[in-house]
Amino acid sequence: MREKVKPEEKAEANEIAQACSTCFEVPIGPIHPALKEGIRFTFWIEGERIRKVDIRPGFMHRGIEFMGTKRNLIQVLYLAERICGICSISHPLAIVQAVEQAAGIEVPPRAQYIRVIIGELERIHSHLLWAGVAAHELGFDTLLHYVWKVREPVLDILEDLTGNRINYAIPIYGGVRRDVPPEKYPVLKDALRYYRSLVDDFVNFFLRDPSIEARTRGVGVLTPAEADSLCAVGPTARASGLRKDVRQDWPYFAYPDLEVKAITPEDMGLEVRGDVYDRIVVRLLEVVQSIEIIERCLEEMPDGEITAFPKVAALLAHLKKAEGEGIGRHEAPRGEVIHYIRLQAGEEAPVVWKVKAPTYSNLMPWYPMFRDQEIADIPIVAASIDPCICCMERVQIVRDGRAETMWREELLRLSWDKTRRIVGGLGASHVAREGI
Amino acid sequence: MIFKALFLQLFTRPVTNRFPAKYMPKSVLGFLEKVGEGKAKLVPPVPVTEGFRGKIAYDREKCIGCQMCIRVCPARVIEFKPEEKKIRMYVARCTYCAQCVDVCPVGALSRSQEFLLADYDRFSPNLVVE
Repeated sequence: MREKVKPEEKAEANEIAQACSTCFEVPIGPIHPALKEGIRFTFWIEGERIRKVDIRPGFMHRGIEFMGTKRNLIQVLYLAERICGICSISHPLAIVQAVEQAAGIEVPPRAQYIRVIIGELERIHSHLLWAGVAAHELGFDTLLHYVWKVREPVLDILEDLTGNRINYAIPIYGGVRRDVPPEKYPVLKDALRYYRSLVDDFVNFFLRDPSIEARTRGVGVLTPAEADSLCAVGPTARASGLRKDVRQDWPYFAYPDLEVKAITPEDMGLEVRGDVYDRIVVRLLEVVQSIEIIERCLEEMPDGEITAFPKVAALLAHLKKAEGEGIGRHEAPRGEVIHYIRLQAGEEAPVVWKVKAPTYSNLMPWYPMFRDQEIADIPIVAASIDPCICCMERVQIVRDGRAETMWREELLRLSWDKTRRIVGGLGASHVAREGI
Repeated sequence: MIFKALFLQLFTRPVTNRFPAKYMPKSVLGFLEKVGEGKAKLVPPVPVTEGFRGKIAYDREKCIGCQMCIRVCPARVIEFKPEEKKIRMYVARCTYCAQCVDVCPVGALSRSQEFLLADYDRFSPNLVVE
């Protein structure tokens, strides 16, 4: 795939060449050692130091949003589940909120608690998975195998509660598909006790290990100001000291009752430095937080219905009549995921479905993180935001068989056009009136 | 430090199940043939949980041909046979969400515990339910 070089791009390349006459250009990717997914980095390197980086996503685009507008909403739910293999409940939880808002569906309280329990179990498994990957990127494969070994019980619990280790297929519009019966509480509590007993081990293996500290302290620093201005989300933002968490700022489901607080390294008595080490700290603390949330859920969970529509046929009929738009946001293990949906009466398929995965917001913080780092630290810095490229890919521009790069003005114009199309096509004219 | 945990690991049983045999046979297919003849013993797979969503089981007699399962199936697994008013399922496409089980008004579909479904042919009798 050859790329057309645009004048802006050429000017930028010249600028780099002038600023750094001894720089080498090192392309890494789309297939590379840092990540399992395709994304291309171009590094300008002086000696061992990275002076500048460019990122080129777009290799994993699957056209999921387009597919969604060709299916009915129940099918879209399972499609949403498959946007990401690891946060396979985050996307459904976001889309059910969007659709419930659009269709005006009231969810029973017990279902809200069950959604929280499954969501938090997933956070435990996702953070453990990340911890293993991070250890692997540091060349510490012993720790990778250890962490993935202790990750098994949470997957077993998820299988026990939902029927599958991943792709749980639990949420549905108006509730959940499966109850967590009181007989399952002891098994769940045992697993939580097991993870509690492991916390000290994790602190020892990760935070007190001299080799990990040497490889991660002061590496990939993202200052709070940069994290704020580049709109970092999730653990990446929190490791830089921003107390930013959807569960705290805009609580949804049962989270208002659970009083979740965003976690930063300060909660462990550490000074916030915003480096890779801090990201490990935040994720470990979040595992503990998730355990506490699930324990509280099990205590406080009310009895009652688990879905507003016991009959799926009634749900389908209700969704077909529904008209309106909705936004769903959920704090996925990687950060905030947003789904926007617009429904039209008489149509089974959504008219518009827009997904924003957390990695999309966390790509830009890569620029300051990579600055002045060593080549050997590329994998761990890249992995430290816990990237999930497949979830994030929303667009790939191909013209005449060649990939193209788009610049800000062009993208803005296209996005205005799209907004006009969406809003205009549905009879509202305020966008045109206000001259957006 | 991790050394103590690693040392203790030497004396614990492996977490993984050694499926299909304790040591990897030279040829898995040959080994499975031997199992069929009763010459070798299979290490059983980890048992699945009660609520496991495996291959969908179909009760042909109960089916009334309402096609609700076809409407909700996200993977378009199910095909309608208009002359008999029954359905045919291509399991190779199935995502095992069991939404069809939830939607079926007469309970003709159910979850089974079967999950060893690897095959060379996606239309083999094992993978087409009717």
